[in-house]
Amino acid sequence: MGIKSHSFKKSLWLFHFGGASCNNCDIEILDCLTPRYDVERFGMKLVGSIRHADVLLVNGSINRKDKERLLEVYHQAPKPVLVVAIGACGCTGGIFAEGNTFAGPVDQIIPVDAYIPGCPPKPEAIIAGIVKLVNK
Amino acid sequence: MLTSVLYYLIFPGLLFAAVAGGLLSWFDRKVTAMVQFRKGPPILQPFYDFLKLLLVKETILPAKGSAVTFVLMPVVALIGATLACVLILMPALNLTEGFNGDIIVIFYLLNIPPLAFIIGAMASGNPLASIGASREIKLIISYELTFLLILTAVILKSGMSISLSDIIAKQSSHTFAGSFSGALLFIAALFCIQAKLGLVPFDIAEAETEINHGSFIEYSGSTYALVILTRYIMLFTLPAFLSIVLLGGLHFKGIQILYSLLKILGIVLLLTLIRNTNPRLKIDQAMRFFFVWMNLVAVAAIALTLSGW
Repeated sequence: MGIKSHSFKKSLWLFHFGGASCNNCDIEILDCLTPRYDVERFGMKLVGSIRHADVLLVNGSINRKDKERLLEVYHQAPKPVLVVAIGACGCTGGIFAEGNTFAGPVDQIIPVDAYIPGCPPKPEAIIAGIVKLVNK
Repeated sequence: MLTSVLYYLIFPGLLFAAVAGGLLSWFDRKVTAMVQFRKGPPILQPFYDFLKLLLVKETILPAKGSAVTFVLMPVVALIGATLACVLILMPALNLTEGFNGDIIVIFYLLNIPPLAFIIGAMASGNPLASIGASREIKLIISYELTFLLILTAVILKSGMSISLSDIIAKQSSHTFAGSFSGALLFIAALFCIQAKLGLVPFDIAEAETEINHGSFIEYSGSTYALVILTRYIMLFTLPAFLSIVLLGGLHFKGIQILYSLLKILGIVLLLTLIRNTNPRLKIDQAMRFFFVWMNLVAVAAIALTLSGW
């Protein structure tokens, strides 16, 4: 394994994009940073600017207004950037899939590297998804 | 000629300071994790972060800013921090004598990284970066006077000597921080360093949760790698400077190596504990803190020094 991919996998910085979320997934994502789960063990930390991010976490149903913003955020991110769809709404649309303003699940807007289903997914499930992403 | 190039690039310059600062940065994050009952990152984490940003990530230039200034400023900041580190460590390690007045040169060199970050933030053309830059300017205005007063007191204590090696030699029998005025100076200097490093009560210019990293919001890839490298070097340089001017200097022979290490680790530990137990101040509160209280402490220390305490 080269030094490039090794240091990339060891230091994933997360940027959190919440669509029209019910806030449950947001809370579960923040749970991963608490003492009990502590993803900083793997070198992950939340950053405030998309310019520093390596992973784009998307949760919540993406409606028509969110779609433009999600595309904008994705194009502003320095590549390589990994995209993770979190929760039922991010993966498939969930209960909003047939809604009037729904603009498609995340993978129809930007390429997605990992899906973490659940409504909301448990922190254990999010960490399992992260492990799969790192070993990919 | 070759030896001085080695001084600047390898030891005690760029490479040594970067490794030492990276390890101190890990120490800071690990202590933070322990304070919060977490496990914390692995020891090589700062180097992974740096290598990832330098080698893997794409660098994005601002479309509506001055790209040349934007890219140049982290380099200027890195050069300033490295020069300050070399000038501080050379007399401390007995490599050279230093020169008369180097403490004043160091004072100005330590100002280059924040000034370069301000210019870089202004060049990025991002409104949040300009907010960060304007806050950083206000912060500099507030802490620099205190820092200058502290250096004045140190110079007074060492009998009007403005050379670092003289100041170290004056402390060979008893350190400046051992006296009452020295203890006051140490407290004021600790807060100045906290503000210079932009750690939490004074991370007003960066303010992750409020203006999204402020001055650094547009930096990505290798430019941001240089920014965090500068911050590692500053995290090593400023505690080293403080331990030289107030705690009796760093010595590298015998048991003194352990004491020197403990001095720097102790100062970083204090900075980390301050940063973990305080919320971020507003800019007016930070200015009042330095202009009124820290200046008062520094002036009191000068008065005590003059009256022989």
